[in-house]
Amino acid sequence: MSNASELDALFGGSPVAGMGNSDRSAGLIASDGGARVADESDLPRAWQVLEQVMDPEVPVVSVVDLGIIREVSWADGHLQVAVTPTYSGCPATELIETEVSRALERAGFRAPRLERRLAPAWTTDWISEQGRERLRVYGIAPPAGSTSKRSLLGEKDEICCPHCGSHETEVVSQFGSTACKALYRCRSCLEPFDYFKCI
Amino acid sequence: MTDNKNDLIEYLLRLADNAMINGQRLCEWCGHAPALEEEMALMNVALDLVGQARNWYEYAAELLADGRDADRLAFTRDERDFRNTLLVEQPNGDYAVTTAKLFLFDAWHLHTLQALTASKDERIAAIAAKGVKEATYHLRRSGEWVERLGDGTEESRQRMLAAIDELWRFTGDLLAGDAIQQRLAEAGIAADAAAVAAAWQATVEQVFGATNLPVPQPSSYFYLDGKKGLHTEHLGILLAEMQFLQRAYPGATW
Repeated sequence: MSNASELDALFGGSPVAGMGNSDRSAGLIASDGGARVADESDLPRAWQVLEQVMDPEVPVVSVVDLGIIREVSWADGHLQVAVTPTYSGCPATELIETEVSRALERAGFRAPRLERRLAPAWTTDWISEQGRERLRVYGIAPPAGSTSKRSLLGEKDEICCPHCGSHETEVVSQFGSTACKALYRCRSCLEPFDYFKCI
Repeated sequence: MTDNKNDLIEYLLRLADNAMINGQRLCEWCGHAPALEEEMALMNVALDLVGQARNWYEYAAELLADGRDADRLAFTRDERDFRNTLLVEQPNGDYAVTTAKLFLFDAWHLHTLQALTASKDERIAAIAAKGVKEATYHLRRSGEWVERLGDGTEESRQRMLAAIDELWRFTGDLLAGDAIQQRLAEAGIAADAAAVAAAWQATVEQVFGATNLPVPQPSSYFYLDGKKGLHTEHLGILLAEMQFLQRAYPGATW
């Protein structure tokens, strides 16, 4: 697949955290770890750290790209991070929380406090433009349109093949390998592909 | 206030047990579904339900404050303590029975969760708002399958008719309210049972009507009551399998 070189371009040719690496956050976090204990002035740096924590099931998209980091703040000498689950039964929820904590601790944020925040419920509208592009390059069609527009107009969005860009695609199943994906097939290049459902 | 809290715990356990038992039943199809896509769909739906169950159990556990967590509530309570509706504990049968069971439940579930998004209890509203997105595509899927089987071959139609005949008697238990739910509904916390039943009826008539499946008369009195822990003989067997590990090795983790 030619996607590998595109991935390199997106990530500046550096090794991608989480790709073929059991300790996902190690590569990028270790370099800026240092011995200094973080304080309130490091909030922007906390966001940078979180941008390197990848989704365990789609390891090219960061938790920030996914829009599941709802708030990063400082209180009582601790960093506070509000994380929202994508689906009620997402089995990666605990793993993501563990990886977020570990990455922050490595970067000098002592005992960060994580809050699992349910409301407002996560929507694919919160996936960043960069996240959508990374999904596409990875071979997963990003969610088409927005949930609010869909509910207002009830219109059908066009799902583009992430491999050849064709609009000639068809749904195979509304359910795929993980809760967030549906299975599609491209009628032009005949390749099957995952579609990140719009919810 | 104490009464209100006990009511709330009871209501949360009903929501939790409905999702949990339904999810556990669906998992029995793992490795047996008629097509790979169907198997993935059923397991996805089951996963959503188990996740929702955990959200309800966690809230119930916090209110109970007796040291039990969500796992303990799911895996160490006895059959008589389960508050799920009789419909979801019924065996899967053939694919028409599984489909009809899911559809009748999904329609009730979606309308219930929609009502709960407006609950004055913020935690309930948040869990419901998350669940509504999932229940929406659950109902879309099961409704499409009811139409496909009801309007497919003569064989599939006969099987769907038989499935409805077999399951319809449990819909009274599904739709019935009681004093606990009534008190919570009046306080703006729970869904109003009569309103949910009316919306459920409309959804069932719409989907059955699309494929000329007759809608039976409302189900009448049934001698069992899931809300009181009076279950059919199928629940105990389901729990024996679901709870085996925690019963044999209490507190086991992995």
